[in-house]
Amino acid sequence: MDDLLKEFLTETAENLAVLDLELVKLEQTPNDPTLLGNIFRLVHTIKGTCGFLGLPRLERVAHAAEDVLSKLRAGEMTTTPEMISLILKALDTVRFILGELETNESEPDGEDSALIAQLHALAEGDAPSPDAVEAIFCSQTQEAGECAGEAENVEALLEDIKNGLSQLERAEVLNLAASIAPLVAGVAIDPERDLEIRPEPVAPPNLVVVHDRDKPAPVPAAKAEKSETPAPQAAASGESAVAGQTIRVSVDLLENLMTMVSELVLTRNQLLQLARNRKDQDFLAPLQSLSLVTSELQEGVMKTRMQPIGNAWSKMPRLIRDLSIELGKKIDLQMIGAETELDRQVLELIKDPLTHMVRNSADHGIETPEERLAAGKTESGRIRLEAYHEGGHIIIEIADDGRGLPLDKIRAKALKNGLATEAQLAEMSSQQIQQFIFRAGFSTAASVTSVSGRGVGMDVVRTNIEKIGGTVELRSKEGSGSRFLIKIPLTLAIVSALIVEASGERFAIPQVSVLELVRARGDSEHRIEQIQGTPVLRLRNQLLPLVRLRQLLEIERSGAEEQPGGEDYVVVLQVGAMNFGVLVDRVFDAEEIVVKPVAPLLRHITAFSGNTILGDGSVIMILDPNGMLASMGEVTAHAPEEASAAAGPADSRQALLLFRAGEGAPKAVPLSTIQRLEHFPARTIEWSDGRFVVQYRGGLMPLMPANPGVQRIESGSQPVLVFEAGGRSVGILVDEIIDIVEVDFAADLAGSQPEILGSGVIAGKATELLDTRPLLALAAPSTLLSAA
Amino acid sequence: MSNNSRPDGAVQYLTVSVAGQTLGIPVLQVDDVLGPQRITRVPLAPPAVLGSLNMRGHIVTAVDVRRTLGFAAAETSARMCVVVEHKNELYSLTVDSVGEVMSLSAGELAPTPITVAPVWREVSKGIYRTPEQLLIILDVDRLLAGLAQQDKAATTQALAA
Repeated sequence: MDDLLKEFLTETAENLAVLDLELVKLEQTPNDPTLLGNIFRLVHTIKGTCGFLGLPRLERVAHAAEDVLSKLRAGEMTTTPEMISLILKALDTVRFILGELETNESEPDGEDSALIAQLHALAEGDAPSPDAVEAIFCSQTQEAGECAGEAENVEALLEDIKNGLSQLERAEVLNLAASIAPLVAGVAIDPERDLEIRPEPVAPPNLVVVHDRDKPAPVPAAKAEKSETPAPQAAASGESAVAGQTIRVSVDLLENLMTMVSELVLTRNQLLQLARNRKDQDFLAPLQSLSLVTSELQEGVMKTRMQPIGNAWSKMPRLIRDLSIELGKKIDLQMIGAETELDRQVLELIKDPLTHMVRNSADHGIETPEERLAAGKTESGRIRLEAYHEGGHIIIEIADDGRGLPLDKIRAKALKNGLATEAQLAEMSSQQIQQFIFRAGFSTAASVTSVSGRGVGMDVVRTNIEKIGGTVELRSKEGSGSRFLIKIPLTLAIVSALIVEASGERFAIPQVSVLELVRARGDSEHRIEQIQGTPVLRLRNQLLPLVRLRQLLEIERSGAEEQPGGEDYVVVLQVGAMNFGVLVDRVFDAEEIVVKPVAPLLRHITAFSGNTILGDGSVIMILDPNGMLASMGEVTAHAPEEASAAAGPADSRQALLLFRAGEGAPKAVPLSTIQRLEHFPARTIEWSDGRFVVQYRGGLMPLMPANPGVQRIESGSQPVLVFEAGGRSVGILVDEIIDIVEVDFAADLAGSQPEILGSGVIAGKATELLDTRPLLALAAPSTLLSAA
Repeated sequence: MSNNSRPDGAVQYLTVSVAGQTLGIPVLQVDDVLGPQRITRVPLAPPAVLGSLNMRGHIVTAVDVRRTLGFAAAETSARMCVVVEHKNELYSLTVDSVGEVMSLSAGELAPTPITVAPVWREVSKGIYRTPEQLLIILDVDRLLAGLAQQDKAATTQALAA
C-alpha cells in the first residue's frame, strides 16, 4: 500500500476515535467553543487530506459534515442530539469507507447522497445564513461535479494543494510538487473534486490561499496541526507540544526489541548461574552492573508494550450514548483509571469482553428513568468503569447502579433449561444462583433487542478472559446494581511457571493454573489409590482424577521399573471448572519464563502451549493444562492392565468400592467389576429415550441410578461407576464415592431385595453388597440378550 | 538459487554425510554448523524430530535426517548439526558428519537419474559427479515439508483409529 495512504488511514482512524469522544462531550456541553474548534479541525483535516489523496466519496461526506460543524462553530446554530447523531452517522460512513480503503486500496462504489442531503439540509435548514455568498458557494459545491473546467475549480485545486502542503513534511514536498504539477496544468483533470467552503473568506479567496500556502509549507510541523483555524489556537499548540514528544513506531519493531531483550535476560541469567559456581571475583562487579542494566532495559522495553486501558474504553462513551437513545434511558458513564497501563496484547483481547459487559449493564442493568424514579433512585443511571493495579494483576471493575441480577428470573431460567432442580435452587445462595449467567446460552433479557438478549453472552466473556489467565467475579444485589471484577495478568509475554520433572525430563507448568501441590507418599496423609490402573487421589473428600505425566507424554522409561520414590508429587491443576492432578517425579522452583511459540512441526501436540529457554540454557517445553485435559481421555483409555492383573489375589480378601446411593446403608461393589470411575459435569448428562445418557468416548453411555433414591445432581459433577456389559460401557449413577477398602467380606445377611447380594460390616458400618447385573441388564438389554 | 552462484557460475555447497551417502547443502542456506548439542526431547513429537536445542537464545527444532529419510537411527549420539532456515523457522539437521565446503560449477549440476533410490530422489535437486563420489544436492525445503506431511498423515491416522 502507498505510504501516504497508509499514514492517512492510521491517522484518520485515530482522529475518528477522538471525534467520537469529543462529539459525545459536545452533546453534554453544547456549543463549547474549544470542543467545537477541535472537532471542526479534525473533520477538516480528514476532508483536506482525502481531497489531496483523490478520494472523492470520502471527501464529500467529510465535507458535508464540515459544513454543519462550521455553522455550529460560527455560532449560527445550537447543537441538538439529532445533529450529533447525524454527524456521528457521517463519521460511521467515513469509517466504513476507510475500512474498504484498507482492504481494497480504493473507495467502494456507491453513493452517500441521502446522508449528504440530510447534512446539507441541517446546515441550511436552520436560521438562514447571514452570508449570502456562502449560500451561493454551497449550491456551487453541488454543481461542481458537472461544471468541470470552471474557474472555481482552480481555486478548489489550490485549496487542495494548500491542505496537502500543510500535511506534509519537508521531504515530501518535492514529491508532492511532482504530483501536483499535472493537476495545476490541466485544470479540468478531476471534475469530482468540489469546492471547499470556508465560512470566513469574503475577501478574495485566492489571496488567502496563496498566502497560506507559503507559510506552512517550509515548516515541518506536527501533522495533526493546522494553521487553518484561528479560534482554537491555544488548544492546538498545546497538542503540538505533546505530539512533538511522541513518535510512531511500528509494532513489529517493538516486538522485535522485546524478543531481543528477552534473550538478553536469559543470557544474563546464564551468566549469573555460571558466576555463582566460580570463585572469580573479578567478574562479579561488571556482571552485577550488566545485570542491573539488563533489568532496567527489560523494564523499559516492557513499558513500550504497555498501553493505557483507556484505549480499550475509547468506544464506550459513544456506545453508551447510542444505547441510551435507543433504549430511552439516561445513563452516565464514569471512567476511572483510564491511564492504567497493561500489555498491548492483553488489551486487544479484553476489548471485546469489556464492550460486551458495558453493553449488558446499559441494556439489562440500568432501568428506564420512570422505573428509576419509582424505585427512589436518581433519574439517570450510572455505569462505572474502573481500572487499577493490584499485585502483578490489573483489576477492571464494571459496576452499575441498575436493577441488579433478577434472581427469580435466573431461577426460572435455570429450571427451564434443566440446569438445576427446584430443590437444589432452594438450597443455593444468591451468589451461586447469579453464577448461572456464566452458563452458555443463558440470557434473561425478556425480549431480544438489537443490543443484547441473543444468547451469546457472559459465557463467552468468561471464556475469553480465562483464556488470558484472568478471572471474573460477580457481585450483585437485586435492586441496587451489579459489579463485575475482572482480574487479568499484566502481561502474557513473561509468565511464572512451575518447573517439574518426569522421567528425567523437565517441563514448565504455568502457575496460573496450579491450584496446589500435594505430596503423596505411601505413608503420608494423602495416598494415591488405583482403580483398575487409573490413579486417583482423595483430597479433602474430593476424588481427584490423576494423570501420570510420563504416561500422558509417553516418556516412560522402557524397562525401568517404577522406582518407589518416583511420582511423589501431585500438581493440582484447574481448567475451567475441572480440577485434576498431574503426577510428577519432582518439583523444582517457580521461574519467570518467556513464552515462545512451538515450531510449526510440533504445533499439533496439544499438550504444549510453547517452549522457552531456562536460566541454565536448556530448552524446556511448557505444558498446556487445557491440552493435557483434552488428551487425558485418550491416555487413560489405554491404561496398562497391571492393576487388574494384581487384583486377582490368592487370598479371599477383595477390594470393594464403597459408595452412597440413596437412603440407608453405604453400598459396595467389587472393585474388579468396575471399569472406571468417572465424574461427569451435570450439564453433560442428557435425557434420551427414557433414560439418562452421557457422551462417553465417542458414543452414548446409558446411565442408571444405582437405586431410585439417587439424587441427580444439577450442578457440579455426578460420580458415576462405569461397568462393562457385553462389550459396551454402562454407567451407574451414585451420590458419593466413599472409599476403596480391601476386606475379607462375608455377607452376614442374605439380601432381601434382588439387587442386593447381602449385607455385611465394613469399616464398622453395615454395608450392602450390590448386585449390579440386573441394573446392567436393564441399561443394556440387547447386549445381555446377545451374550445369552 | 541465482543468489547462490558467484560471478564465475560456481555454487558453494557444504557436504555432509548421512547413512553413507554424501549430500550437498547450498552454503547460503546454512545458518550455522554446530557440534554435538544438548537436545531437549519433545514428547509426542514425530520420531524424526529429535527435540529442541538452544542456539544462542534461539530455539531450534532438531531433525534427524536419517530418520526423516527412513533410515535406522544412528548408533552414536555425538553427531553434527547443520542449522538451516525453512519458512522463517530454524531447523537443525542432524547428520552423521560434516565434510567440507566445495565450489562447484552450476552448469555441471545433472538431473537426478531415475535409478537413484527413491529415498534420495525425493529430496534431491540434482547430482554432481566429482572425481571421488556422487554428490546429491539436498532440497532442504522438500525434506522439511515432507516431514511435516508425514507428521500430518500420522495424525490423521491416529485420529481415524
